[in-house]
Amino acid sequence: MNITLKVWRQKGPNAKGAMETHKMTDISGDMSFLEMMDVLNDRLIRDGEEPFAFDHDCREGICGSCSMFINGEAHGPGRNVTTCQLHMRSFKDGETIHVEPWRASAFPVIKDLSVDRSSFDRIIQAGGYISVNTSGATQDANAIPIPKVDAEEAFDAATCIGCGACVATCKNSSAMLFVSAKVSQLSLLPQGKPESKERVQRMVDQMDLEGFGNCTNTGACEVECPKGISLTNIARMNREFMKSSLS
Amino acid sequence: MSNNGLLKSSLAKKYMMALTGLFLCLFLVGHLLGNLQLFDTTPEGAVKFNEYAKFMTTNPLIKVLSYLTYACVLFHVVDGFVLTIQNRKARPVKYVVEKGSANSKWSSRNMALLGTLLLVFIATHMQNFWFKMKFGTVPTVKGTDGTDLHDLHAVVTNFFNPVENEYALFMVIFYVLSMATMGFHLQHGFSSAFQSLGINHPKYTQIIKNLGMGFCIIVPLAFAAIPVFLYYIQTAH
Ligand code: SF4
Ligand code: FES
Repeated sequence: MNITLKVWRQKGPNAKGAMETHKMTDISGDMSFLEMMDVLNDRLIRDGEEPFAFDHDCREGICGSCSMFINGEAHGPGRNVTTCQLHMRSFKDGETIHVEPWRASAFPVIKDLSVDRSSFDRIIQAGGYISVNTSGATQDANAIPIPKVDAEEAFDAATCIGCGACVATCKNSSAMLFVSAKVSQLSLLPQGKPESKERVQRMVDQMDLEGFGNCTNTGACEVECPKGISLTNIARMNREFMKSSLS
Repeated sequence: MSNNGLLKSSLAKKYMMALTGLFLCLFLVGHLLGNLQLFDTTPEGAVKFNEYAKFMTTNPLIKVLSYLTYACVLFHVVDGFVLTIQNRKARPVKYVVEKGSANSKWSSRNMALLGTLLLVFIATHMQNFWFKMKFGTVPTVKGTDGTDLHDLHAVVTNFFNPVENEYALFMVIFYVLSMATMGFHLQHGFSSAFQSLGINHPKYTQIIKNLGMGFCIIVPLAFAAIPVFLYYIQTAH
């Protein structure tokens, strides 16, 4: 298939970016979106031009590093898929495809399509952990009885890969889905209970500090999240934050 | 760690948005129930409406409630304004192509715009009736017990009477459009308030959503029916 690509080109963090047009011919529908980008970059390198910088690692939807805003949607038109799992057959022959980086002040562009998501790391550092003794006398987690429902919910929340699509797609650049998934994953389980009160306060504080916007419950994040993280996590975090602020 | 998370955090602003919004929903119900009396066009109905208006402006408990309502409107507006400014700042460079329709309701993406339009409506609406009642000269009529009553009923009916008010038709249209605006604001706002307060439960969320859907259709529709009705019955056929 033939497509026209309009890709964001930005030399560096402070440079002004713009869309650049490239015609692609003979693209297989079975290629992933990243493979199609590889074809483009390969051609650019051969022609002595600068390839587009973009993040990727596992290319199987588990690392969360690929991050492209395709035709107005985070990770493109597919549902429950990352950019690396998106196939070119999802597009029509002759279509024009716009490719942009995640846009948020908390995710500054490093170059082209690559953004700095270390704000997520700092939120995790602020409280996304449990303190356990690792001296060898650690209790076997499987020996702790946990209700099936709680285990399931915690696991669902834990599938968040930290890709940032929720922020990218949110009209407010809010990180609530990500933060609430991390808060839920830990606070639903007995190991996370002792720190649950401080955790939610610290992580929300850090989230605000990083300059993410405020959630207005549009629900766009839940739709665009490649892992189908549910809005119920945000409600849980709203509850936990209220409880921990009042007590 | 902050001990005052409830004062400055982004989540706290959302709680306040939700609480003030829900209080205003209650206000709407009360206001509507009172206004429905305007459908009674008999002379007794007019007296009853005026007596009700007097009660609403003099009862101390209602006074407290009305100040609470003003406070909620003010807070909702200021808080909404602050949230909107922060949210704009959170994305300094806009997307070239953005497809919000793929993942969210139009109303949920335009709450600030809808809210601003509603603020214009509230200002106009208060100027139309409340201001006249408070500072203008409103004719008086005798109540059932012989005391003087402000004839607010006449002010309202005349306002939507093309013979008395040359802008009556324009005003009917403005009121109806404003109620449509309110419907969209409520379509998102009602259920969103519950989510902000952490009320999301597999069993009850659907009930809240349905309730919100019913509320955002029935309440504005009933409000909008009043000017349409008053205009219709006072127009020669
Ligand atoms: S919640 Fe979903 S969209 Fe957000 S970072 Fe996690 S996996 Fe990505
Ligand atoms: S490259 Fe790892 S999720 Fe896409």
